[in-house]
Amino acid sequence: MELELRGITKAFPGVLANDDVSLTARSGQVLALIGENGAGKSTLMNILSGIYRPDSGEIVLNGVVQKFNDPGEAIKAGIGMVHQHFMLVPVFTVAENVVLGVEPTVFGNVLNTKKANKEVEEISQKYGLAVDPKAKIEDLAVGIQQRVEIIKVLLRGAKILVFDEPTAVLTPQEVIEFFGIVAELKSRGATIIFITHKLKEALAIADSITVLRGGRVVGHADPKTATQEELASMMVGREIDLTVDKTPAKPGAPVLTMSSVTMTDDFGRDLLDNINLEVRAGEIVGVAGIQGNGQTELIEAITGLLPIAKGSIKLKDVDITGFKPRQIHRDGVAHVPEDRNEMGMIGSFTVAENLVLDSYYSQPYSRGLRLQSASIDESARTLVKDYDVRPAHIENMASTLSGGNAQKMIVAREFSRDVPLVLCAQPTRGIDVGSIEYIHEQIVRKRDEGIAILVVSTELDEIFALSDRIVVMFDGKIVATLNASETNPTEVGLYMAGKNS
Amino acid sequence: MSDNSAAYEKAPIESYEGTEKKSNVLSKSKIRRAKILGIIMLLLSAVVMFVLAPASQGIATFGLSFPDDKFQLDALAIPSTAALYVLAMVLAFLGGTQFLKGFQRKSTLILGISFVVFVISIMIWATAGQEFSLISMLVSTIARTTPIALGALSGILCERSGVVNIGIEGMLLGGAFTGVVMGSLLGGWVGLIAATITGGVLALLLAFLAINYRVDQIIIGVVINLLVLGLTSFLTSQILVERPEWNDAPIFPAIKIPVLGDIPIIGPMFFDQTVIVYAMFGLVALTTFLLFRTRWGLRTRSVGENPKAADSLGISVSKTRYLAVIYGGMVGGFAGAWFTLGTVGRFDEGMTGGAGFIGLAAMIFGGWNPIGALGAALIFGFSDSLSQKLALINTSIPTEFLAMTPYLVTIVVVAGLVGRARPPAADGQPFEKQ
Repeated sequence: MELELRGITKAFPGVLANDDVSLTARSGQVLALIGENGAGKSTLMNILSGIYRPDSGEIVLNGVVQKFNDPGEAIKAGIGMVHQHFMLVPVFTVAENVVLGVEPTVFGNVLNTKKANKEVEEISQKYGLAVDPKAKIEDLAVGIQQRVEIIKVLLRGAKILVFDEPTAVLTPQEVIEFFGIVAELKSRGATIIFITHKLKEALAIADSITVLRGGRVVGHADPKTATQEELASMMVGREIDLTVDKTPAKPGAPVLTMSSVTMTDDFGRDLLDNINLEVRAGEIVGVAGIQGNGQTELIEAITGLLPIAKGSIKLKDVDITGFKPRQIHRDGVAHVPEDRNEMGMIGSFTVAENLVLDSYYSQPYSRGLRLQSASIDESARTLVKDYDVRPAHIENMASTLSGGNAQKMIVAREFSRDVPLVLCAQPTRGIDVGSIEYIHEQIVRKRDEGIAILVVSTELDEIFALSDRIVVMFDGKIVATLNASETNPTEVGLYMAGKNS
Repeated sequence: MSDNSAAYEKAPIESYEGTEKKSNVLSKSKIRRAKILGIIMLLLSAVVMFVLAPASQGIATFGLSFPDDKFQLDALAIPSTAALYVLAMVLAFLGGTQFLKGFQRKSTLILGISFVVFVISIMIWATAGQEFSLISMLVSTIARTTPIALGALSGILCERSGVVNIGIEGMLLGGAFTGVVMGSLLGGWVGLIAATITGGVLALLLAFLAINYRVDQIIIGVVINLLVLGLTSFLTSQILVERPEWNDAPIFPAIKIPVLGDIPIIGPMFFDQTVIVYAMFGLVALTTFLLFRTRWGLRTRSVGENPKAADSLGISVSKTRYLAVIYGGMVGGFAGAWFTLGTVGRFDEGMTGGAGFIGLAAMIFGGWNPIGALGAALIFGFSDSLSQKLALINTSIPTEFLAMTPYLVTIVVVAGLVGRARPPAADGQPFEKQ
């Protein structure tokens, strides 16, 4: 089925989310739609799937103009949306999730579970999407949950499949499998729209690429000839340098020394298993690994947020094992947490307040029981300027900042203190290319000042862009320690998948 | 694709291994919990051995049949002192084993058994030298379970769809009031229908404020409780006092089911009750079927778990929630009729006495499942009934303390034993369509 969007325009109060967007997607082809956060990709897809109605413009399927009043009508017309955040009920079975809304019944209202299971099995066999219809969603890996979403739209007869950031939550292995599924769907004549900000993936899988910026289509590219740099420049609207410029590290004395650190959970399982790790002054150590292999616990062990069962953690010459988190934070460790909204900031506080969250209790920000708002504001104004937080209004709520600017605010707070060790967990997750570039520069600058830096990231590109040394975590253990200059993504990827463990 | 299929079967298997590991390794906190449970059981044993047993003498007689039953069972005569020492030994054995070795996964069950043994000990001690009609206590257990189970059912229906209903108490009270007034004027059946409608109307208020205006659902619930309490008290003092004939409804008689009603013990308990009690069992079964076996139930539960997902599939979240909440409210109003039409035939201010809140506790303890909630309601009904009947014979327990029992049991159950009951994921969360 051929899909054409003609001059789609959609305004929200104060924002023109889509401005005269036109594009075409053809049967048996993959159209990649790329753009930064806020470029209007999601709005466009919500219009396509009937969640929003456009202010003007037309959706045309096989030459027929369509009008969708709700998601149900878009589904009926053959448009299936696979959302970035899966629309699944975790306590239901696969089959229950798939048939929800189109349940096979007997006697009018009684569920026909057997038929539901069979329907799921038929589709999963036809398209090679192996999944057990009776399994509960919450017991399944993310990659399999995504398959359930795909089966869901196929069961409803979708001819056009829209994938919103489908690889964001997948492991490298699952991404490869996902590409296989896309190829299979393509060969059966499906029209596929692939929304992403990962340029490499767009180039690898798409037949054509459309770039959005500020709600407008700013260009098309041919994946056979385009390069990542070209696409990034189109997305951002200026020249972008994706490689991080850095000179070879000059490592000094060890700053962080972890010896035989073990952490267990309430059930006695090892979360961290005999971790030995050293980070020296003036070097960046990257921790690679698939989400959930102990990286979070590693950071929380160093910052004192979780107690360790065995081993010791030394900061320079001081044994900080068992110290209180505030003590560790104040005297030696800056921490950019992995979830900025949960741990990094308080959305309903102002930018100025967020910038002193770690030091409000000390001079000059407070005297006795009173906060000194004059010095808090003064320091905030400087930081916002130095770290390019936009808009630079320190009295704004932190929750009004975009992801990239919120992250820059957190980086400003943590990097502005004079401490020997900086921990950056997922420092650029879900933020725009411009901010990624900026934060990477700041991390390298910090290293060149002689600070020891530990970067945790699930993005191999980021690990390789920043690290001087790479350690790979798998199942709570460090399974490899490698020099960044002597290894490659394939080798690290294999360790991440559990080789040699 | 064949290479891939091998790879994706791996993930779930690994996670199963994870769960396996979880239960086999006893961590410090688990060991500590096992020790604490053991100590509790040993303390119970000590109470029976050193407090109850020495203080009791004579035979404790438990009546198992009513005088006019077709088949008479002999009363159970238990030599109290000896029995109490035996029960104390049983408790000591269970507690000691738990403390030293631990029953691991079965320890909660063992704790439950210990409590049952302890309650039996209390009954024997209280009855020592007297006669206690066990059968009438069991029959009233079922009767008193009825409003609690129905209240819990009302809560389950609302919360499974994602709307928290703490206004059950108000719905019970409202149903009790209109039930008695309409019952007095137009007969019991009309009263029953009026009570049901009252609950439905109150639920409509809850649904309207919670779904359309996204008012905090806890606040709406509190408002409903206070509103109904105030309104019924006002109307009672202003109208019912003036016109006592409006507060004199017929009571539904117990209907004995032929043959089944003659079975000893079981018969009087389950087959010789009022229409409201039968309806309670019917509604529990019906609601279980509706929630877990029908399209309506699947959609209702999906809306309570992940309304966004349901919406993206074209299911109307607000319509589904309205239906479930109103059904729940009607069950609550119906339950209210038990207090007037099912027992005394007249209304008193605040006569529901917190049964709605105990129903909420039963809902949680029962894991938001009608059958589980019925089981939990039976525990509360039992403690309620036991305390009432013990107050009738001469025991040395103050009656005020006995009257506290159902609420104490509620606290112990909700605080201590609930464990991992998991509410619907979107419970209490208003849904806003983008």
